[in-house]
Amino acid sequence: MALLAEHGTDAMLMAGGTDLLPNIKHRVATPEHVVSIRDLPELQGFEVSEHGATLGAGTRLSRLEHDPQIRRVYPALAESASLISVPQVRAVGTLGGNICLDTRCNYYNQSYEWRQAIGFCMKRDSPICRVAPGGDRCWAVASADTVPVLIALRADVEVVSGHQERVLPLEAIYQDDGLEPTTLTFGEIVQGIKIPPPHGYVTVYQKFRLRQSFDFPLVGIAVSIRSDISGIVAEARIVMTAVASYPERAEPAERLLVGAPLTEESILAAGNAVFRQAKPMDNTAGTIFHRKRMARILVERALRRIAQLPETMQRVS
Amino acid sequence: MKALHDLRVNGETVQVAFEPYKTLLEVLREDLNLTGTKHGCELGECGACTVLIDGEPVMSCLYLGVEAEGRDIETVEGLADRGEPSLLQHAFAETGGAQCGYCTPGFLMSATALLRRNPEPSRDEIKQALSGNLCRCTGYIKIFDAVELAARRGEGREH
Amino acid sequence: MSTDITEEPTGQAGDRPPGRRSFSVVGKRSRKYDWHAKLTGQAKYADDLSLPRMIYGRLLRSPHPHARLLRIDTRKAGALPGVFAILTGQDLPTKYGILPSSQDENALAIERVRYMGEPVAAVAAIDEWTAEEACRAIEVLYEPLPPVMSIDEALADETPKIHDWTRDRNIQKEVLLEFGDLEAGFAEADYIFEDEYFFEGNTHVPMENHAVVADWAANGHVTVWSSTQTPHYLHRELAKVLELPPSRIRVIVPPVGGGFGGKSEAFSHEIVAPVLSRLSGHPVKICLSREEVFYCHRGRHPVKMWIRTGVKGDGTITAMDFSSTLDGGAYGSYGIATTYYTGALNTLPYEVPRYRFRGRRVFTNKPPCGPKRGHGTVQPRFAIEAHLDRVAENLGLDPAAMRGHILVKPNTWTINHLRVTSCGLGDAIEAVIERSDWTRKHGRMRHGQGIGLACSVYLSGAGLPIYWNPMPHSGAQIKIDRGGGVTVYCGTSDIGQDSDSMLACVVAEELGVDLDAIHLVTGDTSLAPVDLGSYSSRVTFMAGNAARQAAAQLRARLMDVAAETLEVPTDRLAAAGGIIFDRQDTARQLPFDEAARLAEARFGTLGAVGSYTPPRLAGPYKGSGVGPSPAYSFTCAAAEVEVDTETGELRVRKIWVAHDLGRALNPTVCEGQIEGGVYMGWAEATIEEQVFRKGLHKQPSLLEYKIPAAQDTPDIDTVMIESDDPEGPFGAKEVGQGPLAPVIPAVTNAVYDAIGIRLTSTPITPDKILHVLEARRKRASAAV
Repeated sequence: MALLAEHGTDAMLMAGGTDLLPNIKHRVATPEHVVSIRDLPELQGFEVSEHGATLGAGTRLSRLEHDPQIRRVYPALAESASLISVPQVRAVGTLGGNICLDTRCNYYNQSYEWRQAIGFCMKRDSPICRVAPGGDRCWAVASADTVPVLIALRADVEVVSGHQERVLPLEAIYQDDGLEPTTLTFGEIVQGIKIPPPHGYVTVYQKFRLRQSFDFPLVGIAVSIRSDISGIVAEARIVMTAVASYPERAEPAERLLVGAPLTEESILAAGNAVFRQAKPMDNTAGTIFHRKRMARILVERALRRIAQLPETMQRVS
Repeated sequence: MKALHDLRVNGETVQVAFEPYKTLLEVLREDLNLTGTKHGCELGECGACTVLIDGEPVMSCLYLGVEAEGRDIETVEGLADRGEPSLLQHAFAETGGAQCGYCTPGFLMSATALLRRNPEPSRDEIKQALSGNLCRCTGYIKIFDAVELAARRGEGREH
Repeated sequence: MSTDITEEPTGQAGDRPPGRRSFSVVGKRSRKYDWHAKLTGQAKYADDLSLPRMIYGRLLRSPHPHARLLRIDTRKAGALPGVFAILTGQDLPTKYGILPSSQDENALAIERVRYMGEPVAAVAAIDEWTAEEACRAIEVLYEPLPPVMSIDEALADETPKIHDWTRDRNIQKEVLLEFGDLEAGFAEADYIFEDEYFFEGNTHVPMENHAVVADWAANGHVTVWSSTQTPHYLHRELAKVLELPPSRIRVIVPPVGGGFGGKSEAFSHEIVAPVLSRLSGHPVKICLSREEVFYCHRGRHPVKMWIRTGVKGDGTITAMDFSSTLDGGAYGSYGIATTYYTGALNTLPYEVPRYRFRGRRVFTNKPPCGPKRGHGTVQPRFAIEAHLDRVAENLGLDPAAMRGHILVKPNTWTINHLRVTSCGLGDAIEAVIERSDWTRKHGRMRHGQGIGLACSVYLSGAGLPIYWNPMPHSGAQIKIDRGGGVTVYCGTSDIGQDSDSMLACVVAEELGVDLDAIHLVTGDTSLAPVDLGSYSSRVTFMAGNAARQAAAQLRARLMDVAAETLEVPTDRLAAAGGIIFDRQDTARQLPFDEAARLAEARFGTLGAVGSYTPPRLAGPYKGSGVGPSPAYSFTCAAAEVEVDTETGELRVRKIWVAHDLGRALNPTVCEGQIEGGVYMGWAEATIEEQVFRKGLHKQPSLLEYKIPAAQDTPDIDTVMIESDDPEGPFGAKEVGQGPLAPVIPAVTNAVYDAIGIRLTSTPITPDKILHVLEARRKRASAAV
């Protein structure tokens, strides 16, 4: 922390390095100093039980993926971690790194020469967003896999800065801005995550990508449902990743589900609401046409899994 | 500015001077002349540079050399025991798991770590463990065969 | 030793006695020649080499897809500390190109840049970092020109010309070939079918990025170590552009980390490295980044195709009319040959009695396309096999059975003068039908699941060299030392296909020694006789025959002394496992090394040369140089797929492939080639595409140009069909390229079987599948 204070904005924090180092090589990140927090003891907390979890930001993704307690208590979190990149990256990549993952865009995650050839982009070195050149904002995409699950699980994030510490809903640190995807201020560090007890909730994560490894999500949907004894949905959270610059709650779909049992009809209605809401841009692999449809299908599949309905309803085609 | 570091590579401690911004991949290849570790992208997108750090497969292109100090680094050059290739290396040779050989060191490291952790992996577990290593020659089949053959012969049970 | 060896004495290469079925080395599952080096990290690839005082080179590349190059100012860059030398286009004015007919590239662009990524300057500096800084310090003034980014744009009326010399818009080359009376053929047909297809471009992605080390020595001799498939052609291009006598240039090929066609001509970095070395007085290394490899490209051409076929009711073809338009990218490369290849092999593997081919290649402002595994034959094969699937369906025929019925026969000639010798495709089709359970599955699986089948053909080496000359295509030299060691010298480039193991196998078999006795000197233009290179799947057939011819001469000398020593007539002698023995009394033996010493005493130093020149096969027409080969390989593949009709995701569950390779010299290696080809074909069918946006390569990285990983790849069932080619070394034909081609249409046809819609472009992405399914749903609901 002192190092960060000493070097100011010339310094960047690095935990696993799997996000920052490619960005440095592409010169979209150009820190004078890199402060390693890989082994910072304050970030290594790890307590998991039925009563909830406190996970340090330094928790490695491979631990989230394999830890028996996580797999038992928060299986969707373990699954979302297991779907990130490749084993070598999960071995060093951290929970905090995934939470603070830089937004991505295929006009941005390119070499300096490539970006120079196209005249750079708003996220780095130019006032113009190449995805929507007429607009005044950056459309880079939130691409973390664990974040939608954590938000669906109603996780809080612990943020520390010097001697100050604040706890706020994880959802609250994100904003719809590809340039500055979090509201964290300089000097603030994500110390860890607190997840409330899972009791009563069923949570599922669905990811679409073109390959079964390496790829970031082209759409990811986390769904968490709490139903009462009679099967009526009491609480619903649907969080989308990779279709906007922030992990986007699908509130219209959530509202449709609450107060009624999960049925094929309500699931299709929720799917339609997500289809209308999801507005991917043409800045990842895949196509807008397909990703928009995948958002609907993934939410339907997640809900069917939760309702224990047949996994896929083959559309009549 | 270069500084001296003690790195423990393949069980031997070496003192080597390098700049703090250098990746472990660069340190291994350029400063230690351990060119068995390959590079295919330098962005963590291919797995050719996989080495083991404290027994776990890691992309050495996404790991700073300075951060490897104090940890056990294993590279392909350390797999043979006094010149005798490991059971896994023999298995790759027998099944044809290496064609051009360029991705091979990375695969060997990922598979070595797998077999130490899980000496009897299923094919699905093998695929999962090797999902971070790209091969362009083999279609992967003979690589899976090699890992299975090595497992049958007991690779990984020594550890 | 094994005493169960029964073999006939062998004659000259290609003159294989009939009935020989037993071998001591051929057909055995042996380790590859250099297994130890490649599995222990000892193999030194080009970028692993380091010379004393070595410095590092880097290329500055154009940020524009199309622009006039007005001025380059290198003064600032040259003044940077640690910068040794800088080159621009004017320093290397000589144009070059792999084909004599398209010498259209400069190592560094002059006056005009034609694709984003085209090299315009080169720097040598103390380290890579400094070289990169120096490249940034070079000031280049460009005048951007409108880029031409597609076939349609290249053919538009008002299209800007990419090369001033093209007469008609951006058309580089148009070809027309016609054989037989096409109209009569169509008149004779019971049915005529017509289709259009598009094959998207894709690229090789060898795991090793291209790298070169060059050392210009004080005596004016230059040595170039390069990851190239074609050291001989690189040698020629270097001599031309550097204006040096070839005798002063030596090209050495270290182990190459994959090529697939992407390293088969001279590249800018290979030409500038020696010049930078001369200017700086230091050895120079240039290793390309992954992004730069995408700009080198020379990969699969995007091709628009049109096909019209007349058939009888039983599927017999009466006439075929085929046309193709290739998107060539900015320069010629192999493109004229590629253009011919989109037509040349379409008269195989089915009987096509009348045939017309019209092909053309256009220039666009993209990295040049060239040869990728299956060079130019993969795109038309996709079209023809998808088309024939539709034909069979319309005729009410089983597509596998129809193909079996219309196959070309062994020992025949096609209408366009291709000579077919061995052909095991009938057996291959039967094997695939049986192993895939085709008859029970095709047309009978539930909606969303399907199986498809296709066949293909490929060359065992181009019958003509790239620059026409009467010299051999491959040469080999062998010496035997007094300890029984055998050293083979051959200019082949081992790119992972295991040409080294092939040479060792052929020579060991011929001489009757173990593989351990063989030493190789390959991939070196000074130490080894010429081999034209690892392209067109030519090495086993050509270098294998050359090596065998040399070995046969030495064998004869050894047999002479053995016959005398053992007092047995030579025709009773056999050799295996390092022993020469009497087949009738196997206790009568002479160890190979002793025979070698006796032979050296008798004949002098034991050395021999062999060479291979293909038979003259080209037909009497212009353009006949592309297509002839001393032998053709044949492949049949079936793919079983599952389509998720909700998401459009296509999963290929399993691929069955049977490949006629003549003979499997080393079954493990051959299977590996087949599986690798099948993998690559499947990837082209389903995911890979080299696409551009706003004049730039959209995805020059391994994260976004998606080559499949371990969990993605389908199961592959491989069968090797041994048709025992009469001219191949021990009956062998090619295996490295052919098995790729049928996989793409097999997958396409399987998708049709699964969802009832024919997709006509590659790759078959989830997006395309959902589009066609939605369109069908809309049509269905509109019809209600």
